[in-house]
Amino acid sequence: MDDLIWIFISSLLVNNFVFSYFLGLCPFFGVSGRLETAFRLGLASMFVMLITAICTWFLNTYILIYAPYLRLISFIVVIASTVQFVEMVIKKFSPVLFKALGIYLPLITTNCAILGFAIFSTNRGYGFWEGIVFALGAGGGFTLALVLMAGLREENELSGIPQVVRGTAMSMIIAGILSLAFMGFSGLFSS
Amino acid sequence: MQSTTTSDEFLKGIWKENPVFVHVLGLCPMLAVTNSAINAIAMGLATFFVLVGSSTLVSLFRNLIPRQVRISCYIIIIATFVTVADYTLQALVPIVHKELGAFVPLIVVNCMILGRQEAFASKHNVKLAVADALGVAIGFIFALFILGGLREILGNGSLFGISLFGPNFEPWVVMLLPPGGFIMLGLILLFFNWLKQKKDNLVEQLATKELV
Repeated sequence: MDDLIWIFISSLLVNNFVFSYFLGLCPFFGVSGRLETAFRLGLASMFVMLITAICTWFLNTYILIYAPYLRLISFIVVIASTVQFVEMVIKKFSPVLFKALGIYLPLITTNCAILGFAIFSTNRGYGFWEGIVFALGAGGGFTLALVLMAGLREENELSGIPQVVRGTAMSMIIAGILSLAFMGFSGLFSS
Repeated sequence: MQSTTTSDEFLKGIWKENPVFVHVLGLCPMLAVTNSAINAIAMGLATFFVLVGSSTLVSLFRNLIPRQVRISCYIIIIATFVTVADYTLQALVPIVHKELGAFVPLIVVNCMILGRQEAFASKHNVKLAVADALGVAIGFIFALFILGGLREILGNGSLFGISLFGPNFEPWVVMLLPPGGFIMLGLILLFFNWLKQKKDNLVEQLATKELV
């Protein structure tokens, strides 16, 4: 039980996917313009991570022990089809949400946070429940990062900063400062 | 578009349309592995191999792949090349492979590579596709090297493991940690913005002079 809590907090705060592993940066800089879309995209990614966690565990336990070189190809196929599946389910049961997510839904396939999650949980040898908790933590951390960044950028639009700094350069430096702040969480596990 | 030659396609990727500094693509591996120049170069070479290989293959098969399933086909082609690169690195330079860790397999989802297939290789013949891939890949290595080199010099006082400033240098450790990556890339982008603005101003001045 302690283990599971540790995995959750570690992936949520200390080893945040965005701020300490640099995963999922494309949506992080692309979608973090508005608070609401950022939050929804975060939740959708978390959901895909959960399903990927289950599939990864299944693949690792039953198939990949016989053919380890297929790891990468099978993971990416699983992720692509999960995203496709999630897209169809959402379209069928909640057209409103489908419309709100728009183009960001299919783009989750090429989000390195998802594949990174699958590879990390394999490398660390996580079991079924550990995988699920890791997915919740990592997805939650990703959502947290997106929401923080979106909030800061909305404020940033209104402030008087020089023209040269505007755009990606500014976002990058903000991300650096946020990342510096998140480093403080590593003190949680020092004892 | 018709007048562009092979060498144009090759050169544009290196500077004018540098994938990292101009298009801001392929950031994830870019920031994660650039804490030393040697890691940056290894990562760059792996990406180089994958990009050139998959561009060639995609361009060869561009008339065979149905439009509806093209993205999945590209991803599978890319994943195959990445698997080859991953195992090759593991066999040849196990130490570097260990440091790069999960980021070699993550080349699969480097949006720069998929972007080149979708935007260029799937629409042009093999010669142009390879030229374009070579240019973009070298531009990527160049960007990785600049970032990795700067971070290593500031954070460790060395380049390729060779000490530059002697024992009195106080290393700027934060540059080796994740925040340093973000801030350093931010500063480099800032520099590029500044160059671009200066150039725009110059062009504007010349234009007004001509009008007068």
